Amino acid sequence: MSLESLTPQNKNNVKRGTVLEAFTSNARQYGIVGALIAIIIVFEILTGGLLLQPNTIVQLIQQNAYVIILAVGMVMIIIATHIDLSVGSLVGFIGGCVALLMQNAHMNWFLAIIIGLLIGLLVGVWQGFWVAFVGIPAFITTLGGMLIFRGLATTLIKASIPVNNTSFNAIAANYLPNVFGWWGPFDGLSIVVGILVVIVFAWTQLRKRTKVAKVGLVPEPMTATYIKIAIATVVIAALTFEFASSGNATQGGIPIILVIVGVLVLAYHFILTRTVFGRRVYAIGGNRRAASLSGINTRRVDFTLFIHMGFLSAVAAIAMLSRLSSASAATGNSFELDAIAACFVGGTAVTGGIGTVPGVVIGALVMGVINQGLSIMGVDSALIQTIKGLVLLLAVAVDIIPKLRKR
Amino acid sequence: MSNSQMILQMQNITKTFGPVKALTNVNLEIARGEIHAICGENGAGKSTLMNVLSGVYSYGSYSGTIIYDGKECKFKKIKDSEKLGIVVIQQELALTPFLSIAENIFLGNERQKSGVIDWEATRADAIKVMEQVGLHEDPDTKVMDIGVGKQQLVEIAKALSKKVKLLLLDEPTAALNDEDSAHLLQIIRDLRDHQGVTSVIISHKLNEIAAIADNVTIIRDGSTVGWMTNSEENPLDQDELIHKMVGRELTNLYPEHVSHIGEEIFRVENWTLHHPLDQQRVIVDHANIYARAGEIVGLAGLMGAGRTEMAMSIFGRTYGSGVSGKVYVHGKEIDTSTVRKAIEAGIAYVTEDRKGYGLNLLQNIRENSTSAALTRYSKQGVMDEGVERVAVEKYRKDFNIKTPSIEEQVSNLSGGNQQKVLLAKWVISNPDILILDEPTRGIDVGAKYEIYEIIEQLADEGKAIIVISSELPELIGICDRIYTISQGVVTDDVPKSRFTQEYLMKGMTQEKTKLKKVGES
Repeated sequence: MSLESLTPQNKNNVKRGTVLEAFTSNARQYGIVGALIAIIIVFEILTGGLLLQPNTIVQLIQQNAYVIILAVGMVMIIIATHIDLSVGSLVGFIGGCVALLMQNAHMNWFLAIIIGLLIGLLVGVWQGFWVAFVGIPAFITTLGGMLIFRGLATTLIKASIPVNNTSFNAIAANYLPNVFGWWGPFDGLSIVVGILVVIVFAWTQLRKRTKVAKVGLVPEPMTATYIKIAIATVVIAALTFEFASSGNATQGGIPIILVIVGVLVLAYHFILTRTVFGRRVYAIGGNRRAASLSGINTRRVDFTLFIHMGFLSAVAAIAMLSRLSSASAATGNSFELDAIAACFVGGTAVTGGIGTVPGVVIGALVMGVINQGLSIMGVDSALIQTIKGLVLLLAVAVDIIPKLRKR
Repeated sequence: MSNSQMILQMQNITKTFGPVKALTNVNLEIARGEIHAICGENGAGKSTLMNVLSGVYSYGSYSGTIIYDGKECKFKKIKDSEKLGIVVIQQELALTPFLSIAENIFLGNERQKSGVIDWEATRADAIKVMEQVGLHEDPDTKVMDIGVGKQQLVEIAKALSKKVKLLLLDEPTAALNDEDSAHLLQIIRDLRDHQGVTSVIISHKLNEIAAIADNVTIIRDGSTVGWMTNSEENPLDQDELIHKMVGRELTNLYPEHVSHIGEEIFRVENWTLHHPLDQQRVIVDHANIYARAGEIVGLAGLMGAGRTEMAMSIFGRTYGSGVSGKVYVHGKEIDTSTVRKAIEAGIAYVTEDRKGYGLNLLQNIRENSTSAALTRYSKQGVMDEGVERVAVEKYRKDFNIKTPSIEEQVSNLSGGNQQKVLLAKWVISNPDILILDEPTRGIDVGAKYEIYEIIEQLADEGKAIIVISSELPELIGICDRIYTISQGVVTDDVPKSRFTQEYLMKGMTQEKTKLKKVGES
């Protein structure tokens, strides 16, 4: 039981991966990224360069924040072979609660947000209880939840509740404060953050290499790491340029909502890939019986998943309420379907066990870019819906058809 | 016997699955109006033979000829054989639980007029065939609401409704209690005497065969090796039957190994459990077993003897209901009521069904290997992938798992390598007692040898190993001691000096009434 078995001689026996292998081994993931880039290029041309305007990008993020937030939770639920149909109704319900607390009870906006998140957690406990401990299929439980919370939202809100708290509304509308001033036409903070992100990315990539080497394994070729860092730098630099030159005369730079989404995406990516809990979610999704025979408490994992989903639904509700500056009974209608679509476009397996947070973020962006691009081109919204439906079908077909041939 | 007396002749049947020969030149002759038993060890090819006959394996996928009722038959599908009155009743009953008895009897053969079901005829005809098998139930009762014994009768009634001439029963009493078994056997006799139905019965229960069969064909390793008769004047010699069933040569397929046996570290006392659905049915009856450090203990039993069920019930009650008994590890009584508790007590159960219950085929080797020990490879809930990689890499090398990397998906590995990953997963959980259920099922000879070496190496590290296997030569080859189990009862504790296949088979086929329980004195 020592490390002696991993002598350098053994290392030499292992075939060193080539640069190409480092990329093709994750072909599926790079495939979605490629599709996103292709779609962006197509619409950039079709809209005559309007798609990649700084303010259009900010708008894209603000408009799709809720999909990404919900999809991050939904992907975990789907990996564990469940589904959650109630998230759209929850966005309406919790948004209504928070609006009532601020407008009718004149509660401090921050406290209202905290209570909103607590309600989300409680709803998660409620649905998790039925799914995990009573054993009612998630489809039924959350279909019930969809009706229950839409009904409650309608009762609470009646027609609509306008929110006139400027601090609260700023969450979705405003940018991070311009602390470093303007550097020429650019927002200083955006540039500083952009550079930091590049450094952190390069550092994690290099650290991963050293860690892999330290335990006696062969890391990917150095060239592959450099290529990854180079591509990331170009993408981040381009985004930094866009953000730094967005905004208006007094504000500019990074939308607050982007920070919220970014933190959630990173946190949940970490949870799924690096924690024991994440490992259990994949284990249950891939083979529930094997997982429970490995000592994994599958009920507890299911229960916890729904609490996460409740929390994320509350975050999405708050983001949506802030963006619309008013709660209405219909808010969040069919959001669950947007989130589910983002998951499947982003490579999540319909049968569970497979899926990643970065994947669904890209899935959400693909749908978002298509929406945005077609809107700019003035395509009718009904037709946009049809096209998005076809894209969903195509994305899953591309995933399934190669497997059919294998058989 | 002349040909006209023969209802069925199967000549030189050979069937291969890829490189594996399941049947080699099998010959079977069944006389009209007899009850014919087919005997053989697990995996001898009995069920394959039935599938060839019934058309599950269509004509052309095997070689040889089938002559039924004097005519050569080339069945393309099951319907073809059913048309001629050949009906198979599989081990796993093919009934739809939510439909009524009458609906099940005429499933696929509905009493109908241009697509509209004639319910009156359905009920009337159902009652007629139910009478013939002694099933006195309302034909509208749902199949899920009657016991397994009666479900078996529904299957036979279904066969009768198809005007059966040759009835094939694959282990018909494996899932039945004694009373239901006796009733079923009587029905088969009645069918022969009053309806002229010929029956072929595959069974592991030798007493049952002695009680019911007129003739017995013995199959071993995919070939017919013998033929015996059974009558009142000239009863079946069960010892000879056993000898013919197992009489193959032992070759040098097992590594040389000297055991270093230490203290007793594992003991199970009075272990009893019942079927999870049919709580009247005893699956394991007051079993007593123990294992010592460094010892490899075998559990030998035929299919349905309750070996896997016992192991799984010990391992976190993952099978059965009404479980009682005590488990001791290192002399201390422990609670094994959940998988987590069993793992923490130092028990590991390596399943026989590696794809269904063992591995997550969507994950890679590394993720599978630590899935039973996640908390040991993490700090504050965050995986420590460095340490994890080192551990898994060590077992990749020690167990000689042939893969370019531990990041490889387990679905891309061969059966033998998957089995090694499964073993690594449980060795990584750091158990003192390893229960290995069919550790070499479905893997090639080379990988088997490696698995045996791993098992012996683990024993040498001081672990107690319990091996469940359907292959007697394997148990004889690697074990230090073997318990024989028959119908849920531990019938014998056989020391190495007395290992012979004949002796073990006797313990494995002891009939319930004669059973003497080990450790009960």
